[in-house]
Amino acid sequence: MTDLAERMTILLARPRLPSGRLVALLAWPTLAIVGLSAFPLFLLLQVSTAHREPGALWSPGFEWTQYEQVFDATFLRMLGYSAVLATVVSVTVAAIGLPLTYLITRMRRRSQMVWLVGLLTTLSLSEVLVSFAWQVMLARRIGLSDLLAALGLLSEAQSLYPSAGAMLACLIYLTLPFSVLLLYPSLSRIDRDLLEAARTMGASPLRGFFTIVLPLMRRPLVSSLVVVFIFTVGSYVTPLVLGRPEQWTVGVLISNTVLGAGNVPLGAAQAVIFLGLTLLLTGATALLGRRKGDKP
Amino acid sequence: MIRHLLRLPRHIFLALIAVFMAAPLVVVAGVSLNATRRMSFPPERFGWNWYEVFFTTPAWLSSLQWSLLIAAAAALVSTSVAVPVAYAIWRFNSRFSKLLSGFGALAFMLPPVVLAVVFMIFWGFIGHVGRVENTVLSHAVVLLALPLVTVSLGFQSIDRSVIEVAETMGATDNYVFRTVIAPIVMPYVLCGALFVFVLSINEYIIAYMVAGFAVETLPIKVFNSMRLGFEPTMCVGAVLFMLLGAGTFCLIARFGDLPKLLGAASPRD
Repeated sequence: MTDLAERMTILLARPRLPSGRLVALLAWPTLAIVGLSAFPLFLLLQVSTAHREPGALWSPGFEWTQYEQVFDATFLRMLGYSAVLATVVSVTVAAIGLPLTYLITRMRRRSQMVWLVGLLTTLSLSEVLVSFAWQVMLARRIGLSDLLAALGLLSEAQSLYPSAGAMLACLIYLTLPFSVLLLYPSLSRIDRDLLEAARTMGASPLRGFFTIVLPLMRRPLVSSLVVVFIFTVGSYVTPLVLGRPEQWTVGVLISNTVLGAGNVPLGAAQAVIFLGLTLLLTGATALLGRRKGDKP
Repeated sequence: MIRHLLRLPRHIFLALIAVFMAAPLVVVAGVSLNATRRMSFPPERFGWNWYEVFFTTPAWLSSLQWSLLIAAAAALVSTSVAVPVAYAIWRFNSRFSKLLSGFGALAFMLPPVVLAVVFMIFWGFIGHVGRVENTVLSHAVVLLALPLVTVSLGFQSIDRSVIEVAETMGATDNYVFRTVIAPIVMPYVLCGALFVFVLSINEYIIAYMVAGFAVETLPIKVFNSMRLGFEPTMCVGAVLFMLLGAGTFCLIARFGDLPKLLGAASPRD
């Protein structure tokens, strides 16, 4: 493996570079990235066309059975449902994330730090721990449902999960920090002079936001939508913990195929389809962004 | 006066978001401090006893140790891959390194469930199943994008003329690296490692599919316990990880320029 890595390094390195040193420098990274990233992805493709072997992971062979099975009615319905759910989550998160990030970038440095550290902490917190926290908060014995009942929003105090609302709230909670972090760089780089100029010429802050900030934010907004969309479709723990079985996503389906039913080749095929959709979506966004970016 | 009135919706909006983000964490922290076994908030009787139980139960302790060990090792491996690649791009403008970097960063954008299946198949293919190295190496590769970005930012912040001066004065490459480059880049390397650490320690699905039945990290332990019902020690685990995350990011904010690491323009004034 190392040998192959080194040969590739020599082949691809530019001739005028000190290639001996470059080989030494890049041998380990090449081994790690090719061996642990590229090769496993290739293996996924291969296993998705392998033969199912009950009791083992798979047995060698080449067949299209898995792909014929993948596109059954359940998978397609689940894909459609996941896409609708993911659209709702990603649009909601963008609608909250944009004004939130805008306000954060306008804060003093110290308050900015507090918000960023807080958002990063929730971003890094395990999906397991976050959905567990939501489960605890929505449980019958915690005061929240009593509070809602007292306010007349609920007829009687009850457990607020499993439900679509609980799942949606938790997914928004999990993805909002992603959105803020994706919008933050461009929003903090927007030239303040532009907004000042608009202000002195009589535009209201709100109008400045819609005519200056929003058009400049098109690209990061699209990437926020895409990232949140993909995360939601692939979410596993949250739908399982807070949703009902009919509200489960593609992420749950893939895990159940592999872990529950033990059908690794079929799970691999489902993963390949999901992977393909992901790459298609990110690729399309990148292309769209580039074309828009060309215009001054 | 009108200015203040205009600010009011802004404050309400920010307060609502802050409550939304903090509420689950506050409730869990409150429940963890409840002396009785019942799940209740606000706590019926205040007590630290569930923290004592957590730190004296071997199963919880071992899951915490696995998590810390895996995260630290993954951070180390991940930065050891990222630094040479970022260096080769910056120093030699090597096209091959750019390719490596692009491919290395790709995994971070893929859905975790897909990566979990990918790595489960990979380790099964190698015949190396249920081992802690699987989790470490899988996390290191998946999170590689983070140190790649931070370390590259570090190299970009070096003034090239300083290096040229050192070279004309006869300093060798190694000497320049040790005395000029390394001190500037080090905080960025550290931040990259910390990002990997905190995301690896919280990662669930990959760790679970790759070695979860043998190497039970804390998120896996909490998830398994959730099936059996509520236990106050689960809240303790969640609170510890919250503090760990907040502590790490405070550290990053202290060592590095957090807004810059997150992509803000450097302050002009």
